[in-house]
Amino acid sequence: MMEDLAMHILEILMNSIHACAKNIKFIVQDSTINDKISMSVEDDGKGMSSEQVQKISSPFMTGRSTRKVGLGVAFLKGLTEQCNGDFLVESEVGKGTRVLASVQKSFIDTPPMGNLGEIIMECIQANEEIDYIFHYMTDTNEFVFNTKEIKKELDGVSILEPSILLWIKDYVNQQVNMIKEDEG
Amino acid sequence: MKSLEDLKKMREEALKKVEMREGDKEYRVVVGMATCGIAAGARPVLNRLVEETAEKNYNCAVTQTGCIGMCVYEPIVEVYGKDGEHTTYVKVTPDMATEILEKHIGQGEIIEEYTVEAARSGQGE
Ligand SMILES: Nc1ncnc2c1ncn2[C@@H]1O[C@H](COP(=O)(O)OP(=O)(O)OP(=O)(O)O)[C@@H](O)[C@H]1O
Ligand SMILES: [Mg+2]
Repeated sequence: MMEDLAMHILEILMNSIHACAKNIKFIVQDSTINDKISMSVEDDGKGMSSEQVQKISSPFMTGRSTRKVGLGVAFLKGLTEQCNGDFLVESEVGKGTRVLASVQKSFIDTPPMGNLGEIIMECIQANEEIDYIFHYMTDTNEFVFNTKEIKKELDGVSILEPSILLWIKDYVNQQVNMIKEDEG
Repeated sequence: MKSLEDLKKMREEALKKVEMREGDKEYRVVVGMATCGIAAGARPVLNRLVEETAEKNYNCAVTQTGCIGMCVYEPIVEVYGKDGEHTTYVKVTPDMATEILEKHIGQGEIIEEYTVEAARSGQGE
């Protein structure tokens, strides 16, 4: 199931959503020069104590009562270790959380990026009230997507309208691909 | 090429649809999108629901929820009517999702064989 980076990041984004975040910032830095793909998710949700942060990457820590094992964070950490990358969680109770994960871009076991437009659509769809800034960067180019801007344009029409959601998915993927092609 | 300019036109179209419908959407279609749901294949189901609803203009809102607490039955799709009645469809595939929209949302017919009750009685045999 976990065959691309986007799927892992979706888990991290979902954690931010469940932590009652109002604003989520999702940054992808895709750098050929540094041979590195870095992804960070920053939220203004309920945050964690330093004790919780320490435990978070162990596969036995979960906030879930219906299933014993939390997979999200531990899986991503494992992946970064396998792919010569780094993993870091910073959090403060009442302030928010930042999860940073990177992998070596050219490493043979590094999974493909996957469908970023789709995970962004799925996150937006989870809760209309949450705003997202998505920032995608390569060595020479960048693309910024901000749901606040979209909502302003929509002026009263819900961002959850299926036609709008589909447009967002395609728009994000189109912009990301354009930047990648530019890179050559 | 898509651009933010598209949103103006899409906004007009969405407003027209709301006028034609006169009021709230009749149904709410809810997909379980916790890790258990996602692992079982909830994402393609959600994507199909959004696509079909946009294309065929079904009278429903598509939303999502966390863990419904029946992980073995994921992906789960719940359909809520205006009067609060609700149906739980289990082990839903994208094609079943299309059918649920067509029959339940389009024609008001519950597909009994896809419900959790049917799945439970099937197991009891
Ligand atoms: N952004 C966040 N803000 C606050 N707490 C968080 C955040 N991310 C993770 N946590 C805490 O860390 C725990 C472990 O997260 P993890 O994603 O590994 O498992 P889970 O979300 O509990 O279960 P699963 O993701 O498997 O459904 C969460 O239950 C939550 O308490
Ligand atoms: Mg999680």
